[in-house]
Amino acid sequence: MNDAILNIKNLKVWYNTYRGYAKVVDGVNFHVGTGEKVGLVGESGCGKTTTMKSVLRVIDSSINHIPEGEILYRDKDILKMNYNDLQQIRKKSISMISQAPSAALNPVFTVGEQLLDVIRYSEQYNKKSGKKDLMDMAVSAIKDVMISDPERILKSYPHQLSGGMKQRICIAMSLVTPRELLIADEPGTALDVTIQDQIHRLLRALVEEKGRSLIMITHSLGVARELVDRIYVMYAGNIVEVAKTKDLFSKPLHPYTKGLMECVPRLSGGGVTTGIYGYIPNYINPAPGCRFCPRCPDAMDICSKEKPQTIEISDGHKVACFKYTNS
Amino acid sequence: MSKEIVTIKDLKTYFPIDKTKFVRAVDGVSFNIKEGEIMGLVGESGSGKSTIAYTFMGMYKQSGGEIVFNGKTITTKDNKRDMLFKKDAQIVFQDPGSSLNPYQDVRQILSLPLKVHKIVSPDKIDEKILEILDMVELPASFMYKSPNSIGGGEKQLVSVARALCSNPKFIILDEPTSSLDVSIQAKIINMLLKLHKEKKLTYMFITHDLSLMRNISTKVAIMYLGKMCEVAPTEEFYKSPMHPYTQMLLSSIPVISEEEEALKPKKVVSTGEIPSPVDIPKGCSFHTRCNQKMDICCIEDPMMNEVSAEHFVRCHLYK
Repeated sequence: MNDAILNIKNLKVWYNTYRGYAKVVDGVNFHVGTGEKVGLVGESGCGKTTTMKSVLRVIDSSINHIPEGEILYRDKDILKMNYNDLQQIRKKSISMISQAPSAALNPVFTVGEQLLDVIRYSEQYNKKSGKKDLMDMAVSAIKDVMISDPERILKSYPHQLSGGMKQRICIAMSLVTPRELLIADEPGTALDVTIQDQIHRLLRALVEEKGRSLIMITHSLGVARELVDRIYVMYAGNIVEVAKTKDLFSKPLHPYTKGLMECVPRLSGGGVTTGIYGYIPNYINPAPGCRFCPRCPDAMDICSKEKPQTIEISDGHKVACFKYTNS
Repeated sequence: MSKEIVTIKDLKTYFPIDKTKFVRAVDGVSFNIKEGEIMGLVGESGSGKSTIAYTFMGMYKQSGGEIVFNGKTITTKDNKRDMLFKKDAQIVFQDPGSSLNPYQDVRQILSLPLKVHKIVSPDKIDEKILEILDMVELPASFMYKSPNSIGGGEKQLVSVARALCSNPKFIILDEPTSSLDVSIQAKIINMLLKLHKEKKLTYMFITHDLSLMRNISTKVAIMYLGKMCEVAPTEEFYKSPMHPYTQMLLSSIPVISEEEEALKPKKVVSTGEIPSPVDIPKGCSFHTRCNQKMDICCIEDPMMNEVSAEHFVRCHLYK
């Protein structure tokens, strides 16, 4: 982990509700190296977006409570930073592409104005540059995301553009100024599969070419398999398994990972499986023990009493499950 | 020889924008569905697949063509449907959050079709509701729950239950699992397949998920910008896709195993934007993105041709 630029240690994030704290993120350990592409895979409500939003501290502090944990960016704890240092991280180091490009873009400003806004906020340009120079940066960023006729697009409003274009604009906004880490929150979900394919290939090429690190949040195992080098599988606020992509698919260990893979309909046909019985747990009063226990086909006595520790099975392949504790 | 339950001939649904411009959402579509079939309708957003469903149900007024259901031609004068149609044809929508009345509980939601179609006498309604909840494997306690207090998958089961109330022959399922996680999707799909068999239903299943389609349909049709590109029995569709758009789509699906990778057609890199349905390209509407286009493709719109048993393609490459 010597070159981990982001290192999340035992992060717990709770939401303040009138019924008590919803203990959504329950001790997450996560790291990304320089130039690495990492996937965070999990279903709705598992806490993946909450974890990533906590990195940039964009969840409203009145509803958000972080009782434990560290988020180290280049060995400095983001959670302990003062406002100015945090702003520097947001301007210069980390950027996030959100899931719904329509919601992320301001409908009353042109795309060009919004790009200029991002460039100015980042403070990563020559102070002597005039508006034209900044526009040139914007045009170059739009060209990088394979949009033809950039000048016309910059003068357009978001509602005049298709979903695929808007998503590419959001990607351009994240990459227009140099950033070390890009967090992409399900960047293709709202789009058609052919456009999604284009966006993913584009993202991968840009990240590799510019040597950036990428965290890709997705609920689709297929998408993660195509894009990232290493995958974290998350369930109900815990990382249940992490492995290099190839290892995860050839030898999934955790019962949830296996169950999830079985649920994915196969192109080879053969019908649909029965799914994973049960529901995600109550976050306000979670039962003791492993959070997956009530739904686990391999549950043992100890699973409902104690939380499993994460152990390393082979190079980089870790799992949090009592099935593997004695081996 | 099963009889045809749905016959669509040259169906058109246009939405006017102003005096001269139209959105040609459905632009001359023909197909049929036989009793017991599960016809899959696949396409990306803007292809017209939901519009076909809504036009069939009478939610949109058709601009041309003919719809025949259960041997009866549906009038084109207006989009009214008679009571028998409404009883025999049902629809399950994509977003259960907006298709279930949040002010009613499950009992009220399911009572309505039972009363309207006089399925049972008023004193037997509760009993019937329990029977239907049992059919979709929901517990009796759901009777008094409101849509807000149940999860997405359960809401969708309530939508399916509602469709079953009138004892229909044909159900349109418009992306019923697109908003659900894959673990819940599996449960819903299994439920639908079980009901299809037990109640001898016929389905039209709409989705953009080609892997899911492979496992549920008996026949697949693919749409692009309001027109059908290819129709074939499921296995044939996936084994020998002919239309360049079908090949592009199939080669872009993210899969999770090497065996599946090997089943995909050779990678066709998707380029270009999907044109706006207001400004459909001349000739074949796909030519702007087609890697096999010829001169004729920019001028003439191809016709649907049967290239092998039950396998239809609309493309100049196969005349």
